[in-house]
Amino acid sequence: MTDPTVEEFARDADAWFSENVPEDPGFMLPLTFMEVGEDRQFDFLRDWQRKVYEAGYLGAAWPTEYGGGGLSEAHQKAATRAMRKYRGPILLNAIGLNWAGPLILDIGSEEQKSAYLKDILSAEDIWCQGFSEPEHGSDLGNAQLKAEREGDEFVLNGSKIWTTQGNYAKYMILLARTNPAAENKYAGLSFFLSPMKIPGIRTQKIKKLTGEFGFTQTFFEDARISADCLIGGEGNGWKVAMRTLEYERGARGGQAGGYVSIPPDLMEIVELAKTAKRDGAAAMDDPVLKDRMVDYLMDMHALSLGNERKRMMPLVEDYPNALPLISKLEFSELYRELSEFALTLLGPKAAYYVGEENSADGGWWARSYLNAFSATIGGGTSQIQRNIIGEHVLGLPKTR
Amino acid sequence: MTDISASLGQLGISEEQVDLLHVATEFCRDKSPVEDVRKLIETDRGYDEKVWSEIAELGWLGIAVPEEFGGSGLGVGEIVPIAEQMGRALMATPFIPATVAGQLLAKAGTERQKEEVLPALAAGERFATTAFGEPGDDMAALGENEAGGFLVSGTTRLVEYAADADLIILAFSHGGSRQLALVERSALPGEALRREAIIDDTRRAYELRLDTFEVAGDAVLDPDKVEEALAHADMVGALLYAADMVGGTFRVVDYTADYLRTRKQFEKVIGSFQALKHPLVDAFIGHERARSHLYAAAHSFGDQGRGEVAVRMAKAQGEKAYAYAADRAIQFHGGFGFTYDCDAGLHRRRAIWNATRYGDARAQKRRLAELLF
Repeated sequence: MTDPTVEEFARDADAWFSENVPEDPGFMLPLTFMEVGEDRQFDFLRDWQRKVYEAGYLGAAWPTEYGGGGLSEAHQKAATRAMRKYRGPILLNAIGLNWAGPLILDIGSEEQKSAYLKDILSAEDIWCQGFSEPEHGSDLGNAQLKAEREGDEFVLNGSKIWTTQGNYAKYMILLARTNPAAENKYAGLSFFLSPMKIPGIRTQKIKKLTGEFGFTQTFFEDARISADCLIGGEGNGWKVAMRTLEYERGARGGQAGGYVSIPPDLMEIVELAKTAKRDGAAAMDDPVLKDRMVDYLMDMHALSLGNERKRMMPLVEDYPNALPLISKLEFSELYRELSEFALTLLGPKAAYYVGEENSADGGWWARSYLNAFSATIGGGTSQIQRNIIGEHVLGLPKTR
Repeated sequence: MTDISASLGQLGISEEQVDLLHVATEFCRDKSPVEDVRKLIETDRGYDEKVWSEIAELGWLGIAVPEEFGGSGLGVGEIVPIAEQMGRALMATPFIPATVAGQLLAKAGTERQKEEVLPALAAGERFATTAFGEPGDDMAALGENEAGGFLVSGTTRLVEYAADADLIILAFSHGGSRQLALVERSALPGEALRREAIIDDTRRAYELRLDTFEVAGDAVLDPDKVEEALAHADMVGALLYAADMVGGTFRVVDYTADYLRTRKQFEKVIGSFQALKHPLVDAFIGHERARSHLYAAAHSFGDQGRGEVAVRMAKAQGEKAYAYAADRAIQFHGGFGFTYDCDAGLHRRRAIWNATRYGDARAQKRRLAELLF
């Protein structure tokens, strides 16, 4: 059988998503993979991901021997477009699909590829990430969780925090200190594909700003894992972690496809500005709010234009790496501002929160705004992002 | 739900734009080092005639002039890389008003005017500027003669490079409508032009005062095409000034980054301080956004509806980016920033001038809201 062309695949995907995007389940679904706080949300999204995968619209570009579709990136992109068009819910297993998966595909051993990749795609195995520690958030290179070698095993002791879906995860990509005496802090780190459901590893849910759950703190007390869990070689943890961040920030490809967050839709906010009433008139009739609306529209459009411009070599010759490096900062900050703006549009109704029948859109906007901080803080805070851009693009001297 | 996205500018780049971008980058850097910019500030003319004739020889004044009148017949969007690189180099030239005047004549000139004048404008043998008038200006016809000519009196301000232009395309009111006429600068009475003190020392502008000045009938542009041509000129001017601002933003961010990489205080290179580093990054991001809008406007310029939205966004974003970057540049240069010797001031002043031309951000956004919401 010959492979479908991208056009054929796109047509089939369009038909499939038009029929298979699930109905509103009657409870609020998460907007991002970091907001899966209830079992019913988890179960619903896990079913959805499995269904998308089984239909062939996830991991389409991954090799067939590891459960993928063996097609091209263009095929997968076409499927993702169809998923977006019909407003499919987010895919659950974000860390597996986007970070751990491509990492294993690129540098994992044959055994690791065979063991993990297919179950990442089907959401059978949920993955989480162990980077940040309670005492070391932005200063990732200073991670202190100990991994001491004892024969064919490593013994883990310490704690990780902001473990997204930590309570559901079967595996963790883990950055740990294998050599406290190394010549510098980076050289003492190693990277593991660690099991989570073993003696000595315990998770504790963290209640977020929104009042919901989604993260855990993860405690390691003499947890023993096999030395086979190492990836990238002992002492190379920092290099592997940096590579993982490139997958996370989209600077390096290989992700399984789909999307794991739904950004605020500007058109919905325009609609809100037309329907929300302030002093008896539409919010949009307020010239100050209207002016801000135009500003946000321009800024949002600049982001999507920048996304295209980054591939146009003649237009990025001055600083070729700039647009990819600034996109996380821009998206996260703009989404935060935009959802805060939605609250301003609501006027007095901004007083309500999720669960209140008098609220606008079930409290959706308030939750969006509070959740927006997960992106301005997670994955490197906006302040760290500005350091990175200042240093790596503008060549400014290091802060510290 | 209305889908606004269909009305927004789309990005693309042509081979001509790429070539012009590369040539213009080098040319403007070589021909307009900042020492030369500062020397020209001291002159009345305000620009270098030799460089101006080289610009003409490169064919840059005829890029969007139809081929039948000696131009290259390309789109207005192809001019953008040139204006952008001129902005980067703070280059002093009448390039923008000369280009707008050429477009105006191509749109509203009579066949005879186009045949007689456009080839010379496209070749840069002569140059024309525009006298559109600012709000409050009162240039008006007193009456029309049998040959279709007018006697014109009144004042028009901020006429760019009028004293050195060969021709001025003069706008004046007549009854309830606007008219345009092609006026030889040499025919103006001696006292008609007065150089105005403007905020941007790298440019020149003049007040034009006329008293019963005779405009011949064959100098009047096609009255039926005036409004359409003025609307077009408005877009061309806004686009090119947006390009100048994007270029200027790039340069002033670069200039400031350079200072932050070398200047030491408290035994530290000051660029390591986040209070300086982070706002400079924001200024840089402002540039990236404005540049994306600029090239979308260049690409979409000729598209019905979408072109206008894209140009207005580019102009508004360009102003926002340039104003912020240059403002912070003055501050971050400390005491030096407060002196005339610091280039940050040249940029800030140019940014204000550019903002005022063809509608500032406030005006653009008000119009955008009407177009989109």
